[in-house]
Amino acid sequence: MRATTADRAQPAATAYLICAAAWLLPGLGHFWLGRRQKGATFLVALTLMFTFGLWLEGALFPFQVSQPLVALGALADIGIGLPYIIARTIGAGTGRVVAITYEYGNTFVIVAGLLNMLIVLDAFDIAKGRK
Amino acid sequence: MTSHFGLMVIFALFVSVVFATLMRDEPREQLTFGARLFGGFVGAGTLIGWLLYPLPI
Repeated sequence: MRATTADRAQPAATAYLICAAAWLLPGLGHFWLGRRQKGATFLVALTLMFTFGLWLEGALFPFQVSQPLVALGALADIGIGLPYIIARTIGAGTGRVVAITYEYGNTFVIVAGLLNMLIVLDAFDIAKGRK
Repeated sequence: MTSHFGLMVIFALFVSVVFATLMRDEPREQLTFGARLFGGFVGAGTLIGWLLYPLPI
């Protein structure tokens, strides 16, 4: 499956815009580059994974410089983009530490964010004509 | 939904889908690679869990 838009390298500004779009909504960067099947898969899989993590009572960590591991968790959470912003806005992701699924929920939410960061890098590589 | 194994399987499914889509271009290759990844994740998780079982942790 070769893309049409991605066959030639994009200008630097466009490549960074694609990265921003890919971060904001999982898969949007790949949609932009003409790789619709990949974009749709990322959108569905990562949004579901993030939502599932919240449903398992995982937390969206706050930025706390005094606790570096919590700050790193917060950074990973933000990697998912718009779903994170929506969850924060509606007050989801408060987390319930005593829930048996709390740590599982955290893992789902954190890994969804980290996977989206990987997808942003992939979109950047495609935009630069490396893939 | 509190089964450790069930949650591991769901986690492995999500990660396999994303990695297979990321690393392969053709849908058929994605399916094959994703299935192998999923089997590897679940198999390794089960094996490591079984090996850790006797440890008092």
